[in-house]
Amino acid sequence: MSSHGIKDRVAIIGMGCTPFGEHWDKDVDDLIVDASMDAFSSAGVTKDDVDAFWIGTATSGSSGMTLARPLQIQGKPVSRVENFCATGSEALRAAAYAVASGAYDMAMAVGAEKLKDGGYQGIASPKPAGDGTGRTLTAAAMYSMIVPAYSKKYGLDEDQLMDVLATIASKNHANGAKNPRAQFKKPVSKETVLSAPRLAGRLGVFDCAGVADGAAAAIAVRAEDAHRYTDKPLYIKAFAVSTGTGSGLIDPDYDYTHFPECEAAANDAYAQAGVADPRHQLAMAEVHDCFTPTEMVLMEDLGFAERGTAWKEVLAGTFDLDGELPVNPDGGLKSFGHPVGASGLRMFFECWLQLRGEAGPERQISTDRTLALTHNLGGYPGEMVSLVSIVGSELG
Amino acid sequence: MRGILSAAGYVPYRRLRRSAIAELLGTGGGKGTRSVASHDEDTTTMGLEAARLALGPVPAAAPSALWFSTPTPAYVDKTNATAIHAALRLPVEVDALDFGGALRSGVGALSVALTGAGTTLVAMADMRDGLPGGPDETAGGDAAAAFLVGEDGPGSPVIADLVGAASATDEFTERWRTPGERRSKVWEERFGETRYLPLGREAFERALKTAGLEASAVDKLVVTSMHARAARSLAATLGTAKEALADDLTATVGQAGAAHPGVVLTSVLEHRAPGQLIALVHLADGVEVLLLRTTEAISAWQPLRTVAGQIEAGAELPYGKFLSWRGMLTAEPPRRPEPLRVQSPSAWRAEDWKFAFVGSRDRSSGAIHLPPSRISMQGGAVDDMEPVCLAGTPGTVATFTIDRIAYSPSPPIVFAVIDFDGGGRYPVELTDVDAQSLSIGDRVEMTFRRLYSADGVHDYFWKARPVHRTPQS
Repeated sequence: MSSHGIKDRVAIIGMGCTPFGEHWDKDVDDLIVDASMDAFSSAGVTKDDVDAFWIGTATSGSSGMTLARPLQIQGKPVSRVENFCATGSEALRAAAYAVASGAYDMAMAVGAEKLKDGGYQGIASPKPAGDGTGRTLTAAAMYSMIVPAYSKKYGLDEDQLMDVLATIASKNHANGAKNPRAQFKKPVSKETVLSAPRLAGRLGVFDCAGVADGAAAAIAVRAEDAHRYTDKPLYIKAFAVSTGTGSGLIDPDYDYTHFPECEAAANDAYAQAGVADPRHQLAMAEVHDCFTPTEMVLMEDLGFAERGTAWKEVLAGTFDLDGELPVNPDGGLKSFGHPVGASGLRMFFECWLQLRGEAGPERQISTDRTLALTHNLGGYPGEMVSLVSIVGSELG
Repeated sequence: MRGILSAAGYVPYRRLRRSAIAELLGTGGGKGTRSVASHDEDTTTMGLEAARLALGPVPAAAPSALWFSTPTPAYVDKTNATAIHAALRLPVEVDALDFGGALRSGVGALSVALTGAGTTLVAMADMRDGLPGGPDETAGGDAAAAFLVGEDGPGSPVIADLVGAASATDEFTERWRTPGERRSKVWEERFGETRYLPLGREAFERALKTAGLEASAVDKLVVTSMHARAARSLAATLGTAKEALADDLTATVGQAGAAHPGVVLTSVLEHRAPGQLIALVHLADGVEVLLLRTTEAISAWQPLRTVAGQIEAGAELPYGKFLSWRGMLTAEPPRRPEPLRVQSPSAWRAEDWKFAFVGSRDRSSGAIHLPPSRISMQGGAVDDMEPVCLAGTPGTVATFTIDRIAYSPSPPIVFAVIDFDGGGRYPVELTDVDAQSLSIGDRVEMTFRRLYSADGVHDYFWKARPVHRTPQS
């Protein structure tokens, strides 16, 4: 497979992101308008300057008109993309590749989702019953199977592992508590996490990400044009996607302690960006912490920790806001919330703030390192899509 | 020689302790237990369970017809036997018929098969209840039985030969229920008893006469009826030896209506004593009498799972759960969307997968695909797969979880990843399981269940259950 990437050929020049949460008073069009207007003003451009648009939404609209109608984009190419929870990042990937190809000078990606109107717990995607043999299990239950599998493989007591997972939840809530855009802005103690009622397997409500409404947007141009719009562009270093076949579900060799799709996407992204030692080269990472065991396993899949050691690193504070490699400094899906189509772009937004030194004194991380990683996965253990991207504040 | 080639009873896993009824309601109940079908079972799935158990010891047998009888069908208008036909992967030319409606139809179907031609698989199933606290709820039971009937042949010898039969028919309204009604009504008990006693004695004597036998020659007497008092009185007056009277299983299983004579007859056959004369007498709107003699071949017959073993393996169900499963008590559902109606063309295309748990095996890599796939996950071979049926293959729990928020007719969902002996993996819901006692490494087997119903369409598919019942021979 050749995956050449577009390192340093495209730059993000402006971004916007709404607060995530329960927007009872806004519909998806309002969220799209809010995030887009923020992005336009951030880049100092108008919609007329943008040549092509991509809207990412999983369930809140179909076709490019989901974006063209609320923004009143007339006579321009607008397309909708969807790839489970990687949807928002896919929109930016399409926009960036379009600019890199030379087809357009300026392209925009918007991700938006309106989930809270559904009225159910968790994410409920309505689909036809088909032959009636499909699973009806929740995502929480699918990911809860990591707990006994990981414990058994690495000889941990399950209670010990639950303590590790509570540390992750508590860390992400602490980060979210400092972030005005986060859905949940309250610190949550490990004790509270551990004493919550169980929803699926050993996972309680604080082991699960928040379901939210929200939107985020980014505008991209050729790297050489970036300084016309901003002094501090963010350069695209890598975009890698790995789409599973679902065979993990029926493959007796799959052991529910890792996500091969994520590992593959990460390796591709590191190769594109020329990253040899992610733990020591990245300033931060935004990862898809849909459930606490997911974040733990990802630390190993993304190469931040050796296999079987992520739990120790979590307890050592390696991934805390002031740790060696801050993970989910904005609060993550866990406390920032998870409007599916917007989540990928929300992660880029955090990289945008942090690498430009604009996250605010309360939560700004060190900018000594200039690279940041975003990671999405969509689906379930054994059957998922994964997207890993790397951005940087400097060329080269 | 024509007779029974194999037989099986199916007693569901759950038991209601009859005294639990009075504990909640203040009245009603009684001694002993009754069997309870799981929330995901119906007469069709139980009939299949019995049919699979009956066919197990005679793999060489090829039924030419499938007859299914129940007074409590999953569907009317639509044939229920076709789902059993599909689950057994019977050839298209095998006729599948329902014998519906009455408590007499189960034993009636067996009787017609024994005097007919060809190899007939006769299955009968019933689920008995009534309103909470009522006598039928207490005395009733849920069960199924199946018999393979045909000519003596290599690989499937006759284990019990029909030596005599008689029936008596009379029109009187003793127990009745109009379609759609939940509760059966009964006339004053003595009326029915005074009808059944003379009819029963007369038919029993007529059956003995056709066989040229005396009542004293009967080694095992089985008398069954929803009219318990008539059955008891009749059994005492037929002139058979006192010790010949078989346990009618009402203390443990309860009275399983149309399936009951089949279950009790099977439990008697499972003693596997050759040369025994068995008399089966069933009272329902008249009388059916069958006289069977076990053959030498019965000693070599190996039932997969005896009725006695299944009775022993049962586990108690709280009365509140029983009421909820029977639709008598509406429990709060999880706040998740309810499933939509199964799409008929889609279900038909997937018939072997959905009804018989048939996946595909890649001829080059051996990788098993569940559901079947056209392109292999290992090596990518295209359209080079053979069907592989894992319905009868045991497996091991690789990992599991309990989902307390997913939609289920009886939350929570217990779900496990199953590795099948000899290869293949499938993540699937567990049933008949006590989640607290489940561990990685537990042994499971597949069972055909009704997952849910939407718009009156039942969604049948397979689940896994712990191997509770130790195989007995």
